[in-house]
Amino acid sequence: MTASTAEILSRTGDILTAHDGMEGPLLPILHAIQAQFGYIPRDTLPVIAKHLNLSKAEVHGVMSFYHDFREDPAGRHVLKICRAEACQSMGADRVAAHAQKQLGIEWHETTRDGQVTLEPIFCLGLCACAPAAMIDGKLVGRIDEARLDTILAGVR
Amino acid sequence: MKIYIPRDAAARALGSDDVANAIRAEAQKRGIKPQIVRNGSRGMVWLEPLVEVETETGRIAFGPMTPAEVAQIFDGGPLSLGPTDQLPWMAKQTRLTFARVGVIDPLSLADYEAHGGLAGLRRALYMDRPTIVAEVTNSGLRGRGGAGFPTGIKWKTVSEAKADQKYIVCNADEGDSGTFADRMLMEGDPFTLIEGMVIAGLATGATKGYAYIRSEYPDAVEVMSQAVEIARKAGILGPSVLGSVYAFDMEIRVGAGAYVCGEETSLLNSLEGKRGVVRAKPPLPALQGFLGRPTVVNNVISLATVPVIFERGAAYYKDFGLGRSRGTIPLQIAGNVKQGGLFETAFGLTLGQIVDDIGGGTATGRPVKAVQVGGPLGAYFPRALFDTPFGYEEFGAKEGLIGHAGLVIFDDSADMLKQARFAMEFCAIESCGKCTPCRIGAVRGTETIDRIAKGDAAAIPLLTDLCTTMKSGSLCALGGFTPYPVMSALTHFPDDFAPAMKEAAE
Repeated sequence: MTASTAEILSRTGDILTAHDGMEGPLLPILHAIQAQFGYIPRDTLPVIAKHLNLSKAEVHGVMSFYHDFREDPAGRHVLKICRAEACQSMGADRVAAHAQKQLGIEWHETTRDGQVTLEPIFCLGLCACAPAAMIDGKLVGRIDEARLDTILAGVR
Repeated sequence: MKIYIPRDAAARALGSDDVANAIRAEAQKRGIKPQIVRNGSRGMVWLEPLVEVETETGRIAFGPMTPAEVAQIFDGGPLSLGPTDQLPWMAKQTRLTFARVGVIDPLSLADYEAHGGLAGLRRALYMDRPTIVAEVTNSGLRGRGGAGFPTGIKWKTVSEAKADQKYIVCNADEGDSGTFADRMLMEGDPFTLIEGMVIAGLATGATKGYAYIRSEYPDAVEVMSQAVEIARKAGILGPSVLGSVYAFDMEIRVGAGAYVCGEETSLLNSLEGKRGVVRAKPPLPALQGFLGRPTVVNNVISLATVPVIFERGAAYYKDFGLGRSRGTIPLQIAGNVKQGGLFETAFGLTLGQIVDDIGGGTATGRPVKAVQVGGPLGAYFPRALFDTPFGYEEFGAKEGLIGHAGLVIFDDSADMLKQARFAMEFCAIESCGKCTPCRIGAVRGTETIDRIAKGDAAAIPLLTDLCTTMKSGSLCALGGFTPYPVMSALTHFPDDFAPAMKEAAE
């Protein structure tokens, strides 16, 4: 269930206070808000801006610059597949195409049942056991079509 | 019975947590209460999860371990590899920066000190600022992030700058594909990085440090955060470093998935809470860095190498290497390779020795077609250039770079036109948008390569021209170095750019 606006604003206020006195607090604040709600609710932007004495446009500009921050909630499970060169050399493109076909979605999309969001990622530092993926924060090395199917069966 | 099971992210991605659980269950079944240490990785990723058992004659390795085969750890069996230190991969290395990684419990200060930790800092505490800086300069250490700028000169600039507050910023935004040395070090020996940052603080008069770690490395963030807490409690960080008159403290900050933030000025903007847009230089970050104050921005490996330089002396470190590339370099051998992992050695091995002898060729068993050295902005080297010795100037002379020393191996199924297109696509996705050659050039580059793919040979000189513009006109290495993979692919593998010819051959 998504939180109500009043609840979001109250929890955002706590997060802002917890970051008082920090040098360059905006990224830690956005991370904390996303950890709390799973995305950055639009209603939080003016509150953050006011607290940090920034314009709303500046806060939105920062949020939208970074790939990690979501404007909308993701699916219940997030599957990230590495698209970088080391994983390409071991067939990552093939595995990614398989995932897209099995899920019936493209990059950055969520399955219609809201279960799985598919994201590209550029390097998990698992380049000597490529291709690599991450499911709900858990790392998987040497992934292939069969292992991917097992993972998807576990979350669908 | 003491058993080591890596907690390194690569080992975990290959199932080391399940192996640890299976070992605990097996030990319980046998009525044994083993002491289990979750260490870093020894760097032999193809053998992970690599479990080690401590014996009177040293540590014995077992790998690659699976939960079904853990009985072999107690009874012996085909997965037993013999003494870890005598495995050829380990015996052939010169481990200075990575001496403790995979050996100690990463979060045990007692282990850290028993293996030489803090000796460097204790020595530095009795030296004055210019002497500390001179020691680093004399070691010949150059920035291991990729640019290769002499670390001592950077420190000197910050040390001599006048300001009420200076900073040490560790660049742990290791975004290059094929590199994982920073990750392994932070997960396997975090106190080394902390010690290096404290010494940098002593050398420059900076009392505050930040380690900016990419969000794709949750394990490293966790280990480093715990290590900072432990170091603070032990008085290594805080108002009085090891009881001295010097203060130094640090914080861990987490990136948010922007590759360009590995560029130092973009990283500083991000750390300040801004968009990770590149700053024009000058002013140098050494004079106007974080919040406009003098700041040392160093890569993880540069800072983590400082303690051993102070422990053993600048001359000892400088004795390794070749030409102007002094000391050791942690090679990260990755991609389509039989034996992938981290191999620390003195500069100077040839590319061929690294790929064929150490890496053992491709994982697929097919011939090596190309090796991309130095991440997504590094050149693709063909077999014809395998005699190139590993060093900053040596790779520069061949229109390449060593970058952060990651090597990604491709077999003969690789399509180099596709790789060149990916380089442009990646640059377009990750461009910060500040300068035109990078922002627009990368998009035009992808389009131009698509034209070549369709058989339009007239687009080839256009691509070359575009690469020249990007190389000389971009503000930072993202736009400026993207031409390396593109032009090297075009120069060394022209057949892949001539689809008409390829079709005829097929």
